[in-house]
Amino acid sequence: MGSTLAMPFRQMGNGDRTGQGVLVLFLLVLLLVVSCLVSIGVGPTGVGLDDLWTYLRGDAASLSSQERVILEAVRLPRTALGILVGAALAVSGAMMQGLFRNPLADPGIVGVTSGAGLAAVAAIVLGNTILAPLSLFFGSQFLPLMAFFGALFNTWLLYTIGTRQGRTSTTALILSGIAIGALSLAIMGLLIVMADDRQLRDITFWNLGSLGGATFGRVISILPFVAVVLAIIPFVARGLDALVLGDAAAFHMGIPVQRLKRVVIVAVAAACGSTVAVAGSIGFVGIVVPHLLRLAMGPSHRFLLPGSALGGAALMLIADSVARTVAAPAELPIGIITALFGAPIFLFLLLGKQGASIRDMP
Amino acid sequence: MIAAEDITVSRSGRKLLDKVSITVRPGQFTVVIGPNGAGKSTLMKVLSGEMKPDQGRVSYYGTSVELCRPAELAKRRAVLPQATQLAFPFTALEIARMGAVAQGAVNPTEEARRALSRVGLRGFEDRPYPSLSGGEQQRVQFARALAQVPQPVADGVPRALFLDEPTASLDLGHQISVLEIARDFAAAGGIVLAILHDLNLAAEFADHLVVLNHGRVASEGPCADTVSDEIVASVYGIAGAVGRIPVAHIPYILPQSRHR
Repeated sequence: MGSTLAMPFRQMGNGDRTGQGVLVLFLLVLLLVVSCLVSIGVGPTGVGLDDLWTYLRGDAASLSSQERVILEAVRLPRTALGILVGAALAVSGAMMQGLFRNPLADPGIVGVTSGAGLAAVAAIVLGNTILAPLSLFFGSQFLPLMAFFGALFNTWLLYTIGTRQGRTSTTALILSGIAIGALSLAIMGLLIVMADDRQLRDITFWNLGSLGGATFGRVISILPFVAVVLAIIPFVARGLDALVLGDAAAFHMGIPVQRLKRVVIVAVAAACGSTVAVAGSIGFVGIVVPHLLRLAMGPSHRFLLPGSALGGAALMLIADSVARTVAAPAELPIGIITALFGAPIFLFLLLGKQGASIRDMP
Repeated sequence: MIAAEDITVSRSGRKLLDKVSITVRPGQFTVVIGPNGAGKSTLMKVLSGEMKPDQGRVSYYGTSVELCRPAELAKRRAVLPQATQLAFPFTALEIARMGAVAQGAVNPTEEARRALSRVGLRGFEDRPYPSLSGGEQQRVQFARALAQVPQPVADGVPRALFLDEPTASLDLGHQISVLEIARDFAAAGGIVLAILHDLNLAAEFADHLVVLNHGRVASEGPCADTVSDEIVASVYGIAGAVGRIPVAHIPYILPQSRHR
C-alpha cells in the first residue's frame, strides 16, 4: 500500500527531472497570474481587487473614470513593464551563470549593469551635444540602445579578462567585475558633474531602480529586446547544458561553442541594457531566481531558463507591489526590496555548503 | 577510418606534435602510450577536431574534419575526457542523456539508462554528479560517451570512441570492464582510440599500439612488436622490465625486474 502511494515519487526520483520541471513551470505560471492580479489590484489609491474584478467581468462602466484610468493607464503598463523587466533580469542572470559556469555570476554584481548605466547617463548628458545626431536618429530607442551597447561592452570585457582557456574562476570573475563596475561608475560620476538640473533628475530617477513612471511607450521600447532574449531560449538551452561540462566536451557533443557564447553574451547585454534603460539598476533578481529554481527543478537550462522568465516576472511584480504599498503614499525604490532579500541569499550561496565548491574553484 | 597526416602542433615555440601520421581503423582497438608530455592528449584533440593543427590534416573517411560541422562530428565520434568537475548538480542520468541528445536519439532518457547500466551504474541515475566518487564520475562520463555512439556501426558507417585515460581513478575491476566494453565496441566494427598509461593493460587490449615520445611516433604496430625492452628503455628510461607470457606471447611489464 505504502509502496503504491510512493510510486509517482519514485518515478520522479529516478534521475529524470523532466516531470518535476514541467510541474514547477506550471506552478510558476499560476504564481505569475496571481502576481499580475495583485500588481494591478493593489495600490495606495483605494482602487482594489474588487474593482479589478468588476473591470474584468466586463462591467467597466460601473467604475468611475478615475478608477478606470488608474487601472488602465497606471497599473496595467506598470505591471506589463514589471513582467518584462523581471523576466529579462532573471533570464540574463541564468544565462550568464551558464556561460561562466558559475552560479555566482550576476549582471549586477559583475559590472554589466554599471556598463549599461554609464551608457544611459552618457545618453542623457551628451544626448543634446556630441551624441545629438544619434539621439535624433534613434528617437525613443536611443536610451535603450545605448544601454545595450554599454552592457555588451562590459560583458565582452569581463569575458575576455575573466576567462582563461575557457574556464572562468570565481575570483577572476568577481574581482574583474568589481573593477569594471567601479570604472564605469567613476566615469558615470564624471558625466554627472557635467549634467544640468533636468538631466540630474532623470539620472537620479533610475539610479535608484524603479518601475514608477511606467508607460506603454516604455513597455514598447524594451519589448523587442526582451522578446529576442526569450525567443532564443529554446536554441541555447541544450548548448548551455553541454557547456557545464566544459568547452571541449560541449564541442564534442556537437555544440558550436564560439557561436553559442557570442549569442549568449549579446542576449545578456540586450536584457540588462534594456531593463536598465527603463527601470534603472535592480539587483539580485538574476541570482536569486535561478538559484531557487535550481533547488526546485534541477540545473537543466531546458526548464531553468523558461522558469527564470516566469519566476523573475512574478518576483518583480511582488517586489513592486510591496514597494508601492509598504510605505504608502511614499514609494520605496524597488532595488531596495530586491537587495533586502537578495543579498542574504547571495551570502548564503557563497558561504553555504554549495559555496565550498564555488569558492575553491581555482 | 580516421587518418591524421603530418600533424604538427607548436605552442610557445615548442613542438607538441612533430609530423605525426597515424591511421585509426574500424575493428581495431588502437592504444596510444607514451611518457608525460609526449603529446598524447594533443593528438587526441587534433583527431577529435577540437584543436586545429598548425600543419597537416585530419580526415574522417576522406572528409577533412574542418569541413564537418560540430553536430555532424558529434554523430560520428564521442570523446571521454579526463576528470571533469561540474559547478551545477546535474544527476548521473542527466549527464548521460546529454550524450544521447547529441546523437539525436529518439528516446534519449532510455538511451542514457542503457548506457549507465552498461558501465555498472544502474541505480545511480538520480545521484547528483558532484556527490559521486572520482571513479563513479569517470564512469558517468563514459556512459555519456557510450550514449552518444550507442552503435559501433550505424547506417553503414563505423562510429568512434576516443578515450583519454579512461582507466585513471578506476579500481582494477572497473579498469578492465571499461576496456572490455571498448574492446567489444571495436570488435563489432567500431573505431576505438584510447590513451593509456598502464602498459600491461595496453599490451593486453591493444590491437594496434602507437608509442609517442617527444611529439613523434617512436614505434607503431601490434603490441608483441612494440612493447620491447628497447622501446621501453628508450621512451621511459627503464631497462629490463619487459617479460613475455609464454603461451599468448603477450608482453608484460614488471617494474621490479628493471636493471638498477
